[in-house]
Amino acid sequence: MDHLLTEQQLEVKHVIREFAEKEIRPTVAERDEKSQFPTEIIKQIADLGFMGVNTPEELGGAGMDTVTYAIVIEELSRVDPSVGVIVSVNNSLVCYPIQKFGTPDQHARYLKPLAEGKLLGAFCLTEPGVGSDAAGLTTSAVKDGDDYILTGEKAFITNGLMSDTYIIMARTDKAQKTKGISAFMVDATMPGFKRGPNEKKMGIRSSDCCMIILEECRVPAKNMLGKEGDGFKVAMTALDSGRIGIAAQAIGLAQGALEEAVKYSKIREQFGQAIAEFQATQFKLADMEMMTEAARLLNYSAARRKDSGQRFSHEAAMAKLYASDIVMKVAMEAVQIHGGNGYLKDFPVERMLRDAKVTEIYEGTSEIQRTIIARNLLNA
Amino acid sequence: MEMDYFLTDDQKALRDLARKIAEEKIRPVAAQYDRDGTFPWDIVKVFAEAGLFGIVIPEEYGGLGMGVLELAIVTEELSKACGGITLALAASALGTFPILLSANEEQQKRYLPDLAEGKYLAAFGLTEPNAGSDAGSMRTRAVRDCDDYILNGSKIFITNGGAAHLYTIIAVTDPTKGSRGTTAFIVQDDYPGFKVGKHEDKMGIRASATNEIIFEDCRVPVANRIGSEGQGFLVAMKTLDKSRPGVASQALGIAQGAFDLALDYAKHRFQFGHPIMNLQAIQFMLADMATSIEAARALLYQTARHIDAGNKDISRYSAMSKLMASDVAMKVTTDAVQIFGGYGYMRDYPIEKYMRDAKITQIYEGTNQIQRLVIGNTLIKG
Repeated sequence: MDHLLTEQQLEVKHVIREFAEKEIRPTVAERDEKSQFPTEIIKQIADLGFMGVNTPEELGGAGMDTVTYAIVIEELSRVDPSVGVIVSVNNSLVCYPIQKFGTPDQHARYLKPLAEGKLLGAFCLTEPGVGSDAAGLTTSAVKDGDDYILTGEKAFITNGLMSDTYIIMARTDKAQKTKGISAFMVDATMPGFKRGPNEKKMGIRSSDCCMIILEECRVPAKNMLGKEGDGFKVAMTALDSGRIGIAAQAIGLAQGALEEAVKYSKIREQFGQAIAEFQATQFKLADMEMMTEAARLLNYSAARRKDSGQRFSHEAAMAKLYASDIVMKVAMEAVQIHGGNGYLKDFPVERMLRDAKVTEIYEGTSEIQRTIIARNLLNA
Repeated sequence: MEMDYFLTDDQKALRDLARKIAEEKIRPVAAQYDRDGTFPWDIVKVFAEAGLFGIVIPEEYGGLGMGVLELAIVTEELSKACGGITLALAASALGTFPILLSANEEQQKRYLPDLAEGKYLAAFGLTEPNAGSDAGSMRTRAVRDCDDYILNGSKIFITNGGAAHLYTIIAVTDPTKGSRGTTAFIVQDDYPGFKVGKHEDKMGIRASATNEIIFEDCRVPVANRIGSEGQGFLVAMKTLDKSRPGVASQALGIAQGAFDLALDYAKHRFQFGHPIMNLQAIQFMLADMATSIEAARALLYQTARHIDAGNKDISRYSAMSKLMASDVAMKVTTDAVQIFGGYGYMRDYPIEKYMRDAKITQIYEGTNQIQRLVIGNTLIKG
């Protein structure tokens, strides 16, 4: 299908696809099995300039548009969604809010090296007791001279073990709910910053995920992102953009699973013919293709809306919700088309199904996306 | 209150026994077996001591003389704690059915008492690398040689493969006749030329052994042929008609087990100042899960009663019970992970395993596509 992509977007798609086939695919099964972070691959992606796709060139990024960003994440995730989410978090949840809310000093100290891939970033909102109810977070930040003292725990932090810079949402005012939250840029080297062990996950096992523990962690006041009380706004802005990334991750994964299913159905023979000849298989493939295309177009339209400078929260929520729901269906059918082979670690669709599930959970569960969409409709 | 399925006191006692084993013996070790992917011999011993391997075997052969319904009830209860460990029992029942349904008296006398006692396990070998859903195109050959048959070929995805002592194997005796040229054999693992091949690394049911079984000039006595030559496919289909409710009950147990955990979590997880159970979205999810589980159970129990009553045409309902329960299990376990949120994706919590375990129920003992074909064919025939 013609997605009306520009020359540059097509060129990026081509470059990343080739890179993913050559550099990512050979190790994907082993990294899944061993839960191994793709350090070398991330370095190469940084060299290609895609750790800050949307970040302006003068601030260390590639200065490209959001459709291109979606294409990058799609193409990486088509082969390995663990790589996709690592890159997406750095781009959407770290670079983007710093670009939006950061001072020139913060841009120089943090955004530039993050966009260049010299530093890796993570985003810390969720806590053990606070998932969907993000506004109820309890990590505290208390002013002490020129510093803030941060205390609390952040859970399920993607890039948690490998990052240098963490955007941490903490409560500066207990009397207020969303307006009592502030955002801080915290270095892993700051005193009182600790990491928990790598979580053992169902899927995306090559991406790391851990608890971040702040024990009276001292953070300079100049590392506050935005003003005091802006933290929730910073977080929501980051997540709006992150949702385009996660939608792209889901779409790329769906595309990968669909391709595996098409390939297998052509070579697998039963009842004297390729199973692709059976209507039951054809209808599955047709639905998988249609859902993947629809998700892709919805996401591109959310990305184009963001690039046009309009509010895109509603569109990003729909793209993320739809893409994550359909990738579960597509991956499930891809396993089913593979039959018994699909249940084995010898075929990639087994991993793809495990990888797919998280897209319905992180960066706002599907339930939260529905809440956002409904609220926008009712408040319009 | 649980739905009243009009179980007899004996059936209730058996259910309670299985429930006790599930909670006390299986649940505490389920995560460990899932991680290690080793075979649960210690639990097999517990099953044997409780007499569970003899549920469907007649009393005269040392069994409990019960039927498909009782086997389903037990499989369901055990699967609530672990769908993988339970398979040691369910797959042995699958391997036992051909002997029970189609073997002669001499064969039954020779094998059923040991099977009932749980002295050794059974397995069933139909699938081959190029004959999955298309069981009619199998290649494993059995050639008559005096008082023996010589078997050559391999069977894949054999549950209890390598763990079982006894294998009911379908092989081709006349390649010109397609599925009518197949014959069933009882093969012992100590016969010369019997080999265990590749051990499969699976997404779920990792406590269950799945192996390739290879025959290299494997010599099987004519006395171990089930029925006459050419009846292999029939033996297999009769077996699957009776065993599919077993997969349905495994799926149902997995679904119920996941639902119980999700309900408990929803009552204790606080977000927005109250348990998430108070949120309509969560209530609706749980309501749908509970409804679909109950529908699957009703269909399964009624199918089992229909089979146990001795009715002949059981294929349609057997297929329906497997199709429905496995689809329900997949949906319910996926939603259960969703209710657990981020925790649901982590291996520290038991719920993600249920989703991985559920997927196989849509695939084995006839993919759900094959179940639909079976149902469709019975509808065409009327």
